[in-house]
Amino acid sequence: MSEQNEITSGLSRRKLIGAAGIGALAVGAGGGYAVGRQSDEPTAGVPDPDAKPVPFEGAHQAGIVTPAQDRLYFVTLDMTSEERVDLISLLKDWTEASRQMTQGNDVGKFGAVSGSPFAPPEDTGEALGLPPSGLTITVGFGRSLFVDAKGKARFGLEGKLPERLKDLPAFSGDDLDPALCDGDLAIQACANDPQVAVHAVRNLVRIAFGRASVRYSQMGFGRTSSTSSAQVTARNMLGFKDGTANIKVEDNKDVEDFVWVPKEDGPDWLVGGSYLVSRKINMRIEIWDREPLEGQENIIGRAKGSGGPLSGGDEFAKIDFKKKNDRGAPVIDMKSHVRLAHPDFNKGAKLLRRGYNFVDGSDGLGQLSAGLFFIAYQRDPEKQFVQVQHSLAGSQNDLLNEYIVHVGSGLFACPPGVGRKGYWGEGLFA
Amino acid sequence: MKPLATLSVLTIAALSLTACADDPKSSSGGLTVSASDSTCEVSKTDLKAGPSTFKVTNKGSKVTEFYVYADGDRIMGEVENVGPGLTRNLVVDLPKGTYEGACKPGMVGDGIRQKITVTGEAAKKLSDSQQLKAAATSYERYVNSQTVALIAKTEEFVTAVKEGDVTEAKRLYPIARTYWERIEPVAEKFGDLDPLTDGREADAKAEKRDFTGWHRIEKQLWVDNNTEGMAPYADDLLANVKKIVALGKDAPLTALELAQGSKGLLDEVATSKITGEEDEFSHTDLWDFKANIEGSEAAIAALRPVLEKQDPALVKELDAKFKALDDDLDQYQDDSGDWTFYDKLTKAQVKRLSDLVAAVSEPISRVAAVVAESA
Repeated sequence: MSEQNEITSGLSRRKLIGAAGIGALAVGAGGGYAVGRQSDEPTAGVPDPDAKPVPFEGAHQAGIVTPAQDRLYFVTLDMTSEERVDLISLLKDWTEASRQMTQGNDVGKFGAVSGSPFAPPEDTGEALGLPPSGLTITVGFGRSLFVDAKGKARFGLEGKLPERLKDLPAFSGDDLDPALCDGDLAIQACANDPQVAVHAVRNLVRIAFGRASVRYSQMGFGRTSSTSSAQVTARNMLGFKDGTANIKVEDNKDVEDFVWVPKEDGPDWLVGGSYLVSRKINMRIEIWDREPLEGQENIIGRAKGSGGPLSGGDEFAKIDFKKKNDRGAPVIDMKSHVRLAHPDFNKGAKLLRRGYNFVDGSDGLGQLSAGLFFIAYQRDPEKQFVQVQHSLAGSQNDLLNEYIVHVGSGLFACPPGVGRKGYWGEGLFA
Repeated sequence: MKPLATLSVLTIAALSLTACADDPKSSSGGLTVSASDSTCEVSKTDLKAGPSTFKVTNKGSKVTEFYVYADGDRIMGEVENVGPGLTRNLVVDLPKGTYEGACKPGMVGDGIRQKITVTGEAAKKLSDSQQLKAAATSYERYVNSQTVALIAKTEEFVTAVKEGDVTEAKRLYPIARTYWERIEPVAEKFGDLDPLTDGREADAKAEKRDFTGWHRIEKQLWVDNNTEGMAPYADDLLANVKKIVALGKDAPLTALELAQGSKGLLDEVATSKITGEEDEFSHTDLWDFKANIEGSEAAIAALRPVLEKQDPALVKELDAKFKALDDDLDQYQDDSGDWTFYDKLTKAQVKRLSDLVAAVSEPISRVAAVVAESA
């Protein structure tokens, strides 16, 4: 795909009246065309929250502290070209296409159906007629983008590798499949409609052919954490509320302290960005489902129904880790998930979690291939994710480890957001 | 052994020319539409028949849209959601007639309209272009050279099979197929013959017909390691190959079919060769793989003068991507010209080949549109 110089928006997938500030009206639904729409005046209709796009431009990439959508499609790619110019043009093309897609438009000048009948359409078309659906596209750079296996710089990125973009350490109990780990580039596409998220990744992957190729991809559903206090806490595949204590976008101080890379951390090109940790965690669903309720709650440290801590109170009640039961044992088990993951036991470390449930069908033995595709953002992976995961990992630690196994892993540096004309990672090539 | 779904497209494609691919400056190029909250100015309202590109700029404060209507408000084309300050392109292929262009500030109402008149005939038929005729003739020569060898090598193969010489038949099988695979778009023009010569066992079963052709004999050679009962299949194969060659001479490919064929050959690689299902018994897929790519390169070579003129950047890209693919493939060929058996490749090696094929397939999928434009 050739480099696009001018910022021309693509063809609209659908009327975005909400975005136009006239009022969110769901008119002309059911097709990308206005055929048959007769009304001369705006008529009152049911507001369609998905009609309003998430802004693409800004100091930070969307898809980190913006409200977590319901669906995820995550993919990592490896560069198949070693040319610096190819990496730059790819990032430019991706930025431009994402700018269009997140606003509910087709990719390219002519989109899915307006181009030459002899050429493949620029846009693959499966999102025609669908609203933006809260689509956000977030990109990250893996360590391998900066240096090869021998530590030699790639793409002329000498001196650009962030000190904190190290390989994650081995954790006890990990059973990592290299085919589900790492990658030069990562794309997180989140939307309230899975079709919209898949469309986004499919088009970005297509744009990358000849420059990068897919390493692995993962679909997710049912956001398992809330990133805004306006959202209810969703449940993970274990049936528990997940992410109650997550950083919320409303907590300005936490976001500043724990999510964005500040100037003093550096490198300059990453200021305003963040580090993304991804972990694919398989769950032994059938075994878990045979565990008595009391056991399940003890393992997690929270009540399954209310989500409140076993020490008492509602979902958001402060956890009393010192409370004892009548046998003198701690009410919150010493090896419960909530205790070992809590900031109080991890030098105050907090993460912004953005994980999703997944089901990859069944495993051939009739068991569900399901679990959590964990995603967390942070400014310092060592002091945040690694700190917490060391507390949790291993058969002697988190009681939950009997029911889960980490099979995929990745760490990516996500550059800051772009303005009207910039492209992702532009600072790398300055 | 590819389904013939593309053929109907090819036939239509040869007859008409519509919107162009990348270049918005088509036959009635340079059209601008200046829209405000109360005006709609189309820079030119007398147009030539054929594709036109309207560059719609919204200078107003409301989101607008632009339509081109035929009689009875039949929509010929539209561009929606043009925000204030934004410019969008609308490409419409307009036959002779009268139309109305309409801006709709606020995206409501009938819009601010003006009449557009389209005169003249649409662009000439593709078949009239001398350059494209030359491309087709050049490819015809390539096909002829390949078919001579195809018939000769198929005859040798058939003789070996009938004489029960398993070793020699196995040696000749991938070699004879090389010539076949290079010109597969020709064979695919004849929908009934292609499955008889190059069909898969599973398809024969599903279609309740006898499993015949190359792969029937392949199975006997590699699975049973003999040629028992193969004589009639061998005779049939040769007869069908000759029939296809003769039919192909009577109906040479047009330039556009050629462009589609160059892409079709790579699709073949990406679908049945990468998966190793083409030669599932012999694992000689890399012979076919290379032949498909050579055939595709030959088609592009024939089109080269047209492409150079229309889109030199595309030619450069194709050259580079084909070279990368050929360089990678080379490592699997030994000095005697034999290729590594496909089941000996690692998953990583197959993935790399797959990436390289995808890399050349993307630019090649744009070739037909460039050819269509050149008429």
